[in-house]
Amino acid sequence: MNTSVRAVTRRRHPMRMGASDRAFTICNTALMAAVTLLILYPLYYIVVASISDPSSVAGGDLLLFPPKWFFEGYATAFGYAPLLSGYRNSLVYTALGTAINLILTMPGAYALSRRDMGGRGAVMFVFTFTMFFSGGMIPLYLLLRGLRLTNTIWVMVLPGGVSVYNLIVVRTFFMSAISQELLDAARIDGSSDFGFFFKIALPLAKTIIAVMVVFYAVGHWNSYFNAIMYLNDRSKMPLQAVLRDLLILNTITTDMRVNPAEAAEKMKRADQLKYCVIILASLPVMVLYPFAQKFFTQGVMIGSLKG
Amino acid sequence: MTSVQTIKKRKHVRFRRQIPLHLMLAPCVALVLVYAYYPMIGVVIAFQRYNPRLGFFGSKWMGLENFRYLMNLPNTPSVIFNTVFISFMKIAAGLAVPIVYAVLLDLIHHSGLKRAIQTLLYIPYFMSWVILGGILLDLLSPSTGLLAELWRLFGAEPIFFLANPRLFPYVLVVTDIWKTAGYGTIIYLASITAIDPSLYEAAIVDGANRMKQVWHITLPGMAPIIVLMMTLSLGNVLNAGFEQVVTLYSPIVYSTGDIIDTFVYRIGLINNQFGVATAAGLFKSLISFVFIAMGYSLAYRFADYTVF
Repeated sequence: MNTSVRAVTRRRHPMRMGASDRAFTICNTALMAAVTLLILYPLYYIVVASISDPSSVAGGDLLLFPPKWFFEGYATAFGYAPLLSGYRNSLVYTALGTAINLILTMPGAYALSRRDMGGRGAVMFVFTFTMFFSGGMIPLYLLLRGLRLTNTIWVMVLPGGVSVYNLIVVRTFFMSAISQELLDAARIDGSSDFGFFFKIALPLAKTIIAVMVVFYAVGHWNSYFNAIMYLNDRSKMPLQAVLRDLLILNTITTDMRVNPAEAAEKMKRADQLKYCVIILASLPVMVLYPFAQKFFTQGVMIGSLKG
Repeated sequence: MTSVQTIKKRKHVRFRRQIPLHLMLAPCVALVLVYAYYPMIGVVIAFQRYNPRLGFFGSKWMGLENFRYLMNLPNTPSVIFNTVFISFMKIAAGLAVPIVYAVLLDLIHHSGLKRAIQTLLYIPYFMSWVILGGILLDLLSPSTGLLAELWRLFGAEPIFFLANPRLFPYVLVVTDIWKTAGYGTIIYLASITAIDPSLYEAAIVDGANRMKQVWHITLPGMAPIIVLMMTLSLGNVLNAGFEQVVTLYSPIVYSTGDIIDTFVYRIGLINNQFGVATAAGLFKSLISFVFIAMGYSLAYRFADYTVF
């Protein structure tokens, strides 16, 4: 991969660019920059709206810069109890869920990467078949209810404990990164399978571990429909489910039986609370984004270049 | 006779020696058997009048009654049509837009700018549909939304995109592209960087301009991965995007926006008609199975791709 990246920078160093090509390059760069701005503008708008005076935002004065600064939205957001409990729950589900994912995926994928393991083909078939066919939403729900997992923390982390796709990605990595010679050498030195996995295979797999952390953690942080299907208690809802109430179903806990002017003011405040909440909810992912996207790209590459 | 015994013995020894490997794999296998395979058995309730107290096997069998009931529901045909229509448009746009993005991105000379744009393009991919849905509801609101503001600027009557049955499917496609197209470019860009640079040099010597280079070198170089993505996307013909639709739709747009997944969810988990909902889900799973299998076998034939 490194060599091809270098090749790209080496290639197309403008040998002799014709006038039409130069014009094309300029137009193309401008076009792609415009598309990017268009895609990001809604996100930018929310950021600025969260720190602007709510009346001017509702009045349509906001385009690029806050017409009037206003930070009280965040104060309201921090005081909004369901948001705080949602935040806490999401952190717990994400941390616990990702830990379980890794504890299951890494050893499982290593075992599957071993060409000498008996029954490997059969197990691979059993796993792969789940990518082709599933029992669907209702039987799974009834199973989880029958196991008394619904409305517990476990329903958020166990059913998705291992993703077959990720398992195959990690297996591919192990198969290409760890040679038979390495295993043979370790065996001569008296290493057991467990010893080899923990002392040699895992340390060599740092990149793929980071990729998996990103894949799984983003998945947990952003997942919300499981919570809505499987959890009942408001106190157990993750952030995304709280956000759904607030942003989509519009159930904000304000009393509207006041005079119209005050109600309108409250509406504007409520809108601003939404902007702030959106920012606060995306913050962890966005802070980690520069780090995460690198591993994310690598993961997509490993996932697609297998076979 | 003796050779069979030795083989058996050898197998036994091999298994014993591999106990550590089997232990590493066992939790994964257990989880998949419980949470993926047991529900597959649970689809039997599609043929039952399901009673939670009697379970998957104790409930009364009623043959195809649930399917007959589904077929007689007035909105079943439109739900199937919506699912296929929306997912088909998403598949087409989901193939075309990232390919165009990748080709155009590759033509940007400034390597820093190129990387910056690529990284920024897939930021929305990292945000949940709840957050994007919240942003969209605000942006597209006919009274206070930014888009309505723009519409008024040109003297037009604002459109309530999310409550307009005619436009709703297209809103789904465009917003899906907004979220996923940047992510889709990763793989195509990688396939472009794998093209032998000497091909371009030769083309330039031959006097090929940018457009000709794209047409005769870049696109043919991407062809294998494009074919692969096309075949694999066949498996999505009934995946119109549950989380997105359930976030953005409302009863006003059920006529064009209700898809099999949301239909199953409402019948099953809101109305508690478990048997009927499972029947609808099974219908989807079976048809999807055929298309996924077809996709993989075409991918194997035309792109030498295997799942593992």
